[in-house]
Amino acid sequence: MDHQSGAFLAVRDLVVEYTAEGQVVHAVNGVSFDLERGKTFGLVGETGAGKTSIAKAIMRILPDPPAKIKSGEICLDGEDLLKISERAMRRVRGRKVSMIFQDPMTALNPIMKVGDQIAEVIKLHNNITWREANRRAVNMLEMVGIPGERFGEYPHQFSGGMKQRVVIAMALACSPELLLADEPTTALDVTIQAQVLEMINKLKRDFNTSMIMISHNLGVVADVCDDLGVIYAGEIVELGSKEAIFDRPAHPYSVGLFGAVPTLDEEKKRLNPIAGLPPDPSNLPTGCHFGPRCPLATEQCKSGTIALREVEPAHFCRCIQVASREG
Amino acid sequence: MPALVEARNLKKYFETPRGLLHAVDDVSFSIEQGKTMGIVGESGCGKSTLGRVIIHLLDSTGGSIYFGGENVTTVNSRRLRRLREDMKIIFQDPYSSLNPRMTVEQTIMEPLIISGRFTRKEGQEEAERLMAMVGIDQRLRLSYPHELDGGRRQRVGIARALALNPKFIVCDEPVSALDVSIQAQVLNLLQDLQDQYGLTYMFVTHDLSVVRHISDDICVMYLGQLVETSPSKELFRRPLHPYTQALISAVPTIDTRHKKERIILEGEIVSPINPKPHCRFAKRCKYESEKCHRPQQLEEVLPNHFVACCRVREINGL
Repeated sequence: MDHQSGAFLAVRDLVVEYTAEGQVVHAVNGVSFDLERGKTFGLVGETGAGKTSIAKAIMRILPDPPAKIKSGEICLDGEDLLKISERAMRRVRGRKVSMIFQDPMTALNPIMKVGDQIAEVIKLHNNITWREANRRAVNMLEMVGIPGERFGEYPHQFSGGMKQRVVIAMALACSPELLLADEPTTALDVTIQAQVLEMINKLKRDFNTSMIMISHNLGVVADVCDDLGVIYAGEIVELGSKEAIFDRPAHPYSVGLFGAVPTLDEEKKRLNPIAGLPPDPSNLPTGCHFGPRCPLATEQCKSGTIALREVEPAHFCRCIQVASREG
Repeated sequence: MPALVEARNLKKYFETPRGLLHAVDDVSFSIEQGKTMGIVGESGCGKSTLGRVIIHLLDSTGGSIYFGGENVTTVNSRRLRRLREDMKIIFQDPYSSLNPRMTVEQTIMEPLIISGRFTRKEGQEEAERLMAMVGIDQRLRLSYPHELDGGRRQRVGIARALALNPKFIVCDEPVSALDVSIQAQVLNLLQDLQDQYGLTYMFVTHDLSVVRHISDDICVMYLGQLVETSPSKELFRRPLHPYTQALISAVPTIDTRHKKERIILEGEIVSPINPKPHCRFAKRCKYESEKCHRPQQLEEVLPNHFVACCRVREINGL
């Protein structure tokens, strides 16, 4: 990939490690991707693959210790977020980049009125009066479909879906240019999930917000993303447009993942699980991290680092067994 | 095939400070021997409560449950204890449903010892056999739950449920806490065990793709009531109740070529506490009319396809 790309967000060779009890956990191992303005990039993978660590690294909210960003660049609009001061970063958070967390039950302050929680963000980033901040907070609530008169209620008075909408309203309060959504609908029921996805898609259209969508749910990713990265053991193993990856998955892990889920569209008598378990991130296998579970693995896969290779234009795969496709 | 499990007008109400919560309200269905009944619905619809009531882990408020022709709600406690050997449950969360201070072997052996039909030695041999059945390595015999990953813990839960050779197992969201690659392993295991031992399952889940994959028949629940039931294939090919239609359309798919029309429900879910006798879905239903403000009856709209909606024929042009 081109190092000097003019992308709105360019993540380069990001490495995140956690140190616990003298052991080093390799959570993110050299992740790179680009995101254009107004586009949505999806990160799919299973628990512990490093998805959330990537998002938290972009926000610079990884708990240090135990987490450390060892190396890499996160360029937002040409500025490396890893090089700026904490003070400058505080202006970026909420204003330019904001994050929707997975669990709306824990992302809200239980003893603060929801309206005040939204107004707080607005007041902090804008030179305005509290009165004006409150007025904008009411607008935000209404935009996410919550009546403005519920401004003075507390989180426990809302249902799960409504709480998540409050969290979204808060994340969008200062019209961020980049929105990081970490499993935003995982805690929600499907009909409520449909409402939230619809709203996210509308907001993207209306404000041209760029977004990173993190999910283990392939359907959710397919719904909102333009491009995606499949992540395994802290590495992007496949990268490309969602059409390329869903229609023509190349990496054995992606193929395995798609074969393992039951879907509504097709009849499967039996699922094809991926054999084995994800590797221990404090003791990753050498060579290809997926090797021990891979049906195609050979001796060759165990040596050296494996690079992302282009299997078709703009579709990359980290596997030496998958030959380039013709055309 | 005769029904192994049958619920008739089953009710479970909970008293709350604000009134009676109708968790399961007048639900009737039956499950044939060797089949899987999927119970699907969103959080708070009463599906897990139904799973607990059906094996009498919770007392029912009204109605009856027949297990192999015997009314479980009226048997004495000694008989119930024997019946319990045939009716088991696998819980959603393998992290909280296992005793953290018991080893794998102790966990699996406990029901065997309690039954009084196994000596410690026989219990150990039986536990070994059960571990092999669910694919847990013998070397994990003395491990504690915290040493196991989610998939293995769920296998321990399954092994424990299989102790004493039950006929019927309630699977309450058994794969929801697992990652997809592990989820497939556990679903396959449950299917294999069913094929080998002729087990009957009641599979409770909110995941429509999973329920479609595993079930022969499906019940769709909404706020304590059964709104639609039919064979699984039929339900997904031709959902008739407006709620089922919305539910199925709401599932995002990975098919990038055929964008399907999504029905977005408006409005919030009404409270299950002291509900009005209306159709409980009416508030979110685009077909709501005067007629919907009275109790809805489950009726056979198409062969083997029951729906509780007074406007089902006009909505679906039947």
